[in-house]
Amino acid sequence: MPIIETENLSKVYPVAVKEPGLQGTLLHFLRRTYRSIEAVKQVSFQIQPGEVVGFLGANGAGKTTTLKMLTGLIHPSAGRVRVAEHIPFRRKAAFLQQITLVMGQKQQVIWDLPALDSLKIHAARSGIPDKASGERVGELTEMLSLHGKLNQPVRKLSLGERMKAELMAALLHHPKVLFLDEPTLGLDVNAQVGVREFLREYNKRYGATILLTSHYMADITALCQRVLVIHQGQLIYDGGLDQLLDNFAPYREVQLELAHPMSEAELSLYGEIEAVEGQSVRLCVQREALTRSVAKILAELEVLDLTVTDPPIEEVIGRVFSAGGVS
Amino acid sequence: MSSVIRKARVLLVAYYAYMLEYRAELFLWALSGSLPLILMGVWTKAAQGGQFGLSPLDFIRYFLTVFIIRQFTVVWVIWEFEKEVIEGRLSPRLLQPLDPVWHHVASHLAERFARLPFMLALVVLFFMLYPQAFWVPKLGNFLLFLIAVISAFTLRFLIQYTFAIFAFWTERASAIESFWFLLYLFLSGLIAPLQMFPAPVREVVLWTPFPYLVHFPAALLIGLPVDLVQGFLVILGWGVLFFVLNRWLWRRGLKQYSGMGA
Repeated sequence: MPIIETENLSKVYPVAVKEPGLQGTLLHFLRRTYRSIEAVKQVSFQIQPGEVVGFLGANGAGKTTTLKMLTGLIHPSAGRVRVAEHIPFRRKAAFLQQITLVMGQKQQVIWDLPALDSLKIHAARSGIPDKASGERVGELTEMLSLHGKLNQPVRKLSLGERMKAELMAALLHHPKVLFLDEPTLGLDVNAQVGVREFLREYNKRYGATILLTSHYMADITALCQRVLVIHQGQLIYDGGLDQLLDNFAPYREVQLELAHPMSEAELSLYGEIEAVEGQSVRLCVQREALTRSVAKILAELEVLDLTVTDPPIEEVIGRVFSAGGVS
Repeated sequence: MSSVIRKARVLLVAYYAYMLEYRAELFLWALSGSLPLILMGVWTKAAQGGQFGLSPLDFIRYFLTVFIIRQFTVVWVIWEFEKEVIEGRLSPRLLQPLDPVWHHVASHLAERFARLPFMLALVVLFFMLYPQAFWVPKLGNFLLFLIAVISAFTLRFLIQYTFAIFAFWTERASAIESFWFLLYLFLSGLIAPLQMFPAPVREVVLWTPFPYLVHFPAALLIGLPVDLVQGFLVILGWGVLFFVLNRWLWRRGLKQYSGMGA
């Protein structure tokens, strides 16, 4: 039985429109006009317990609005949604005990106090006895490597540590369903890896279901077997990550810093050229040929620096969309 | 029951710690409530020259009590709540199995405790400067005063929180409070004791919630005549009205909430 289920879920927002200039301002004051924005249009999907699903979409595609409907923060305009056998918008205590939403970094913990004070509030609020809460804090401190950080004011922590403290507060009640909106946004590479590893471990240890949005392809590839792609409020892809990448992003980007400039003709032997600026070169290399190509580049060229990156998520989504989607 | 006590204790302790983080701010806020002390000077001077039915000493005690009442009944929930709605910070609180209002209640109560030493110091300083103003109220009056102050805070919080919920629709709910504050300023007894109002005006005003937010408790403590039964019944009536309105607006407002910014 699915733990998350939506059927034709939709959300329409009224938004006030204003023309520029003085005339527009006066009209806006005297006779305000509204336009309806369809943020989410008839989205249907199911997620089984224990799944880790990536939720992809460009800015304004409707990801956050969907997450808000799934957690019960906002009331759907139409359609049906059930999470952990509850109707989210009713926000019954039994439902709230089973879910969590992580959105940004100034949400769960009180900024001016040490995280431990906020964690105490969380524990009391969720009815976790002192002993159990102490054990959970210990366990999560271990998993998140936050030793010695919990007794200083949150505002004095680094961005990565704050994100971890947020996660800790959000997970203290051991929720079964995690909704994570950009959990690694703004973190450096090490902190990103730390958060990813933690989420993978949490999913394994507690069999938790995770739905996460991210701008970093690496988050998705590291954690998710399945992805949902949303574009202009509509679900345009629901399926395996591998299939998505094979079909719509079958290449990776190789960035080179060469010791000497080279001609495009010479470079084209190693991959499809995207851009050349002096000694900086960007090449497109097919996924299956990546190891071979990189080995060849390192063996034959004098390279100062080499990085391999995924194509940006927007580009992948653009390709899925222009291909008409696969559902 | 024990879980309710634990929640209350933990929230109060955390918000007390929060309030104590900013010591200077706390002191300045306590001082910023000294409008009654300024008015005290004005009215005492006036009472020396005219016939007001109250002696200069009555005015001094009245405004000192008003100062104390204001310290205990300051409410700022509308600005906090409005910010939470506009910045979307209400969202995480809505996902916790505890009504978000308890955070505000706890922060207001904790602030009272944090402010208490400053307030007591100011009162002691005042009596050292004006020893002739010192008086000991009757025990009965003092207890009634305590109940009246708690009621005044509860009613003021309830009314302001009800206005705050309009933030779901207008995003500038604090404008309602600014307008309301004007009425509060003139009708509550903050600027002048109700005895100074023309009799017909006073009769009307006594049915509004305003005098019970300042004048009523002050009159109880210094021993001015008040109608106890009418007083507490009017407080209860307005309290029930605003409570029902508050819960109704809250349910409607949540359907309207879009969790902006988060």
